[in-house]
Amino acid sequence: MALLQIAEPGQSAAPHEHKLAVGIDLGTTNSLVASVRSGSAKTLVDNTGRDILPSVVRYTADSIVVGEDAAQQAVTDPENTISSVKRLMGKSFSDIDTARIPNVLVESASGQPLIKTVAGELNPVQVSAEILKALAARATESLAGELNGVVITVPAYFDDAQRQGTKDAANIAGLNVLRLLNEPTAAAIAYGLDAGQEGVIAVYDLGGGTFDISVLRLNKGVFEVLATGGDSALGGDDFDHLVVDWITTEAGLVGEQSLAMQRLLLIQAKQAKQALTDSDTVDITLALETVNWQGSLSRATFDELIQPLVKRTLLACRRSLKDADISKDEVLEVVMVGGSTRVPLVREKVGEFFAQQPLTSINPDKVVAIGAAIQADVLVGNKPDSELLLLDVTPLSLGLETMGNLVEKVIPRNTTIPVARAQEFTTFKDGQTAMTIHVLQGERELVSDCRSLARFSLTGIPPMAAGAAHIRVTFQVDADGLLSVSAMEKSSGVSASIQVKPSYGLGDDEVANMLKDSMTYAQEDVTARMLAEQQLEADRVMESLIVALQQDGKTLLSDAEQTAIENAIQILYKIRQGDDRDAIEKEIKTVDKLTQDFAARRMDASIRKALQGQSVDKV
Amino acid sequence: MAVTLSDSAAARVANYLEKRGAGAGLRLGVKTSGCSGLAYILEFVDTIDESDEVFVEKGVTVIIDKKSYVYLDGIELDFVKEGLNEGFEFNNPNMKGECGCGESFSV
Repeated sequence: MALLQIAEPGQSAAPHEHKLAVGIDLGTTNSLVASVRSGSAKTLVDNTGRDILPSVVRYTADSIVVGEDAAQQAVTDPENTISSVKRLMGKSFSDIDTARIPNVLVESASGQPLIKTVAGELNPVQVSAEILKALAARATESLAGELNGVVITVPAYFDDAQRQGTKDAANIAGLNVLRLLNEPTAAAIAYGLDAGQEGVIAVYDLGGGTFDISVLRLNKGVFEVLATGGDSALGGDDFDHLVVDWITTEAGLVGEQSLAMQRLLLIQAKQAKQALTDSDTVDITLALETVNWQGSLSRATFDELIQPLVKRTLLACRRSLKDADISKDEVLEVVMVGGSTRVPLVREKVGEFFAQQPLTSINPDKVVAIGAAIQADVLVGNKPDSELLLLDVTPLSLGLETMGNLVEKVIPRNTTIPVARAQEFTTFKDGQTAMTIHVLQGERELVSDCRSLARFSLTGIPPMAAGAAHIRVTFQVDADGLLSVSAMEKSSGVSASIQVKPSYGLGDDEVANMLKDSMTYAQEDVTARMLAEQQLEADRVMESLIVALQQDGKTLLSDAEQTAIENAIQILYKIRQGDDRDAIEKEIKTVDKLTQDFAARRMDASIRKALQGQSVDKV
Repeated sequence: MAVTLSDSAAARVANYLEKRGAGAGLRLGVKTSGCSGLAYILEFVDTIDESDEVFVEKGVTVIIDKKSYVYLDGIELDFVKEGLNEGFEFNNPNMKGECGCGESFSV
């Protein structure tokens, strides 16, 4: 007997047609899966009643274990137990600080990191796929049916490579990805802010080991990421360590503590921290053979301990607001995400900083998964007349290389996706039959300052005069932020295309730097572009003059005239090699003037030729 | 009383309605479709029509349109958990057969 869920009025699905969709919060430390049932989104639990799945995978020679059971083996079998694999996603081997990873990493032929285990060398995508499989299995069982689609959340600062990696992992796990959704956007959706007032929303995400602040702007149902910031090594675990230090001092423990003792202290500290969320003071007892101590930690003392860390998060908030060019009073809502936002001092300080009550009513551990579930339910079509189809934006401009080492932007940054833009390009030389399309990402004007994403060739262009071919290049970014580029020559229909799967990652710092550089070097960039354009113009003038001289020089010009033009070309060539834009421009004008007569004569000659043998009537 | 809700079903419905933040009650109904002829409808209600029968059972407003009521007289709605799955189940004394999945039935 199938179990039924309550539908919205008039939305009851026909039997067997209800579509199952879940939202997955694929986290660094913990992952969750949630679904909308009877109109409300809830996280799904495993058969022991837990909804949090530690993002830990352990490989043995003949089995793969995911979650709590794997996490418990992290100490005894560190090499084959992989945690925090999200930190490796979409990164190249050289990006990774191997000293910080307990696993043995090797570099693949393509420069990707591989994790060495008894089950062989594994890439981060495969490991993530195992976590997704475990969550999907739970969902399939809980919802009693096959999943039609999933929405997976990723950090707002994830670049194309990291997003593609996440999507690949889902494909390996056999899941149909409806969309990748930014984590802060998911949190905002969980609070229904997408249906609310347009304006700026800040999402403060303090987890166990990481802190992220995102500034979003809701505009016509679209969340645009204005700025992201944070600290990848700051979280609730650091609060625990401060409490451990406090206990150590208070209890007079001296010297290096045993591993077991450290573990015990950490558990005590964590419990004390959690207890202080609801009470003003907590008693801590250490009753062991070696030490017998009892003490009490007040919230005031705890607040004093963690105060510097909380302050650091606020500094990051201030920076992000500055990056986004937003003042504090423009922020409409502040959404709290992550277990550590339960700490009263954190809520208080964040409230003070933004001068408003932050949103905390949804469990901060689950809020991202819940938002993803709501989005999944909409995307899979269970709400056919849904008013929202949520969109994200491109983090950096996308474009291609043109002659002169310049970047032509096709899709500007912050364009809402999905998007498709086409632009026409042409050939530079007579009889040119091939064209290389070099796809770039970034805000700068010169190719060398942008990030190269891909390169492909369009061949088989029919030979034509320079500038006669119409080559239409289409850039398409799908809803997950992944890019495909195609090029087509219009007269012959020859085409080529590429799907961009960038081979290495770009951290949020790098994105921020690329943006910053584009501001810092704006003047240099413009100068460089203008010079390059002028050089290109000189090349074009010389190229066409040389061709013209070869064709008609002998017949239409006297020797003296021909020599004069050749000399002028020589001079232009020399000046073009330099970097004086004005001089090049001046010389082009000189050449132009000098050759005006020649051009006129060529024109006359070709008209005469065209008219030869024709009667006046016909013309 | 022609419609009964189990305690767990009543509690769930009240909870879902509260979370939804709006709605006059719960609609039970049938429509002709599905592999065995008729399918159950279970929906939130925003507006009550003239042709609706309204019951209040364990504090929950239950709405059934007159046409469906013929098939649903004496029905019991339960909320059950089967492993990790959970949801509502109809126990219908009028039912003579149902398809394997139970999403549709015949009388």
